[in-house]
Amino acid sequence: MFEKLEFAQKPKKGETWDVAIIGSGPSALTAAIYTTRGAASTIILGGENWGGQLKLTTVVDNFPGFHEGIQGPELMDRMRFQAERFGAEFVEKNVVRVDFKKKPFEIYTTDEAIRSNSVIIATGARNKWLGISGEQEFLGRGVATCAPCDAPFYKDKIVAVVGGGDSALTEALVLTKYASKVYVIHRRDQLRASFAMQEKVRKNARIEFLWNTEVVEIMGSSVVEKLKIKNNKTYEEGELLVNGIFIAIGHAPASEIFVGQVDIDERGYVIVHDNTKTSVEGVFAAGEIHDAYYKQAITSAGFGCMAAMDALLYLDKDIPTW
Amino acid sequence: MAVVDITDDTFEEKVLQSQIPVLVDFWAPWCGPCQMAGPVLEQLSEEYKDKVLIVKLNVDEQQKYASQFGVMSIPTAILFQNGKEVGRQVGFAGKQAFEDLIKKAL
Repeated sequence: MFEKLEFAQKPKKGETWDVAIIGSGPSALTAAIYTTRGAASTIILGGENWGGQLKLTTVVDNFPGFHEGIQGPELMDRMRFQAERFGAEFVEKNVVRVDFKKKPFEIYTTDEAIRSNSVIIATGARNKWLGISGEQEFLGRGVATCAPCDAPFYKDKIVAVVGGGDSALTEALVLTKYASKVYVIHRRDQLRASFAMQEKVRKNARIEFLWNTEVVEIMGSSVVEKLKIKNNKTYEEGELLVNGIFIAIGHAPASEIFVGQVDIDERGYVIVHDNTKTSVEGVFAAGEIHDAYYKQAITSAGFGCMAAMDALLYLDKDIPTW
Repeated sequence: MAVVDITDDTFEEKVLQSQIPVLVDFWAPWCGPCQMAGPVLEQLSEEYKDKVLIVKLNVDEQQKYASQFGVMSIPTAILFQNGKEVGRQVGFAGKQAFEDLIKKAL
C-alpha cells in the first residue's frame, strides 16, 4: 500500500471545509486529488451510487497510462483511493439541496448540513430516456441502460441498442458476446461514434444497423417482446421482434439541485466563464455538468484539475509547483 | 445478521416458504452497481434483523429463479411475502429505495 499523506487538518463536525466537491466521477475525484495536495481540507459528497458513468462500463481503452485498457469501475476505485490517500473525506450520501447565497456555502445531504468556503460542482450527467410508451413499464424486464450489467441475460436472444455515439456502439459490442443478433437503431444516417469504434462494429457480423429509424413504442406482456419503429424519412412504420432494448442516446447534465443557485442554460448545463467559474464567486464547475462537447473521462479529469487550481487560488492557498 | 448466499436448490425453502418477508438480491460479481448495493444490503440486514431476511442469489451460477421472475437487469431486488412477490427494485438507487421496498411487507 502507498503511504498516506495528509496536508490539511480535517475540520471537526459542524466546522467549515475549504472545499466541498459534489459528485464522484473523474472530474470530482481529480479535483480532490489536487485540492488535498494543495493543503485544502476537502470533502467529497459522492452520492450513494458513486463513481459516475464509468461504473457502468467495461474496459476503457482511451485513458492514458493504461496501455492494455482498464475496467471502468476499477479506474474509479483507483481515483477514489488516490483522493483518499491525500486526505479527502468521501461521503456516500446524496446532496438534496444547496444554498450558495450563504457564506460559507451550505450543502445539505439527507441528514446533515455541510459548510464550505468553496464548492466544485461535478455532478456530471445521467442517462437520457426516450420518453416513449413502455420504456418505464419494462425497465428491468427488457429495457436496460447498462449492457455490461445486463448483457448475460440476453444469451442467444435478439436485442436492440438505440443511439449512434461511442456509448451506443460500446453497448452493442458488449451485447454481441451474448446475443445472437444486435440491431443498432439510429435516427440519423450516420454515426457520431469515433472511427476506431465504427471499425470495430463494422467487422461484427451480429450487428445490423437500422438507419433513420426511431422507436415509437416498446411492447410486450410481462417482458419486452417487440418494438414499434418508424423510418423518419419514409414515415414507414413496422415492428421489430426483440427480447430487449438498450437505451444509449446520450446523457443530460444532473443540474436540478443547482437551479436558482448558479446560472444554468436552457439545456441544463451550468454556465461557466474563465474556464471553471460559475455565476457565484467561489463556486466552480467541472466535467459534464458544463461540458456538452468533449465528454471524455480524460477531459473531465482535466476540468477537475482546473477547477481545483481555481478553487485553491480563490481560497488564497499557495499553488504548489506540481 | 449477514446477507447469506442462496441457490436455486434452497430458494423454495429459504424464500418461498419463509415465515418472514425475504428480500432477494439478484446479483453477479462483474456488475459495478451490485458491488455498491452489497454493503448497503448488509447494513439493512442488521437494521431489519428478525423482521426481514435478506439473501443474495448469484445469477451467473443460478438462473432458474432469476429467469422465472423475469430478472433481466442487475442488481434487481425482489421482496417476497408468503411466497409471493410484493415488490421489486431494479438497479441500485440507494439505501432509501431498498427501505421503501422493505416497508411494503412490514
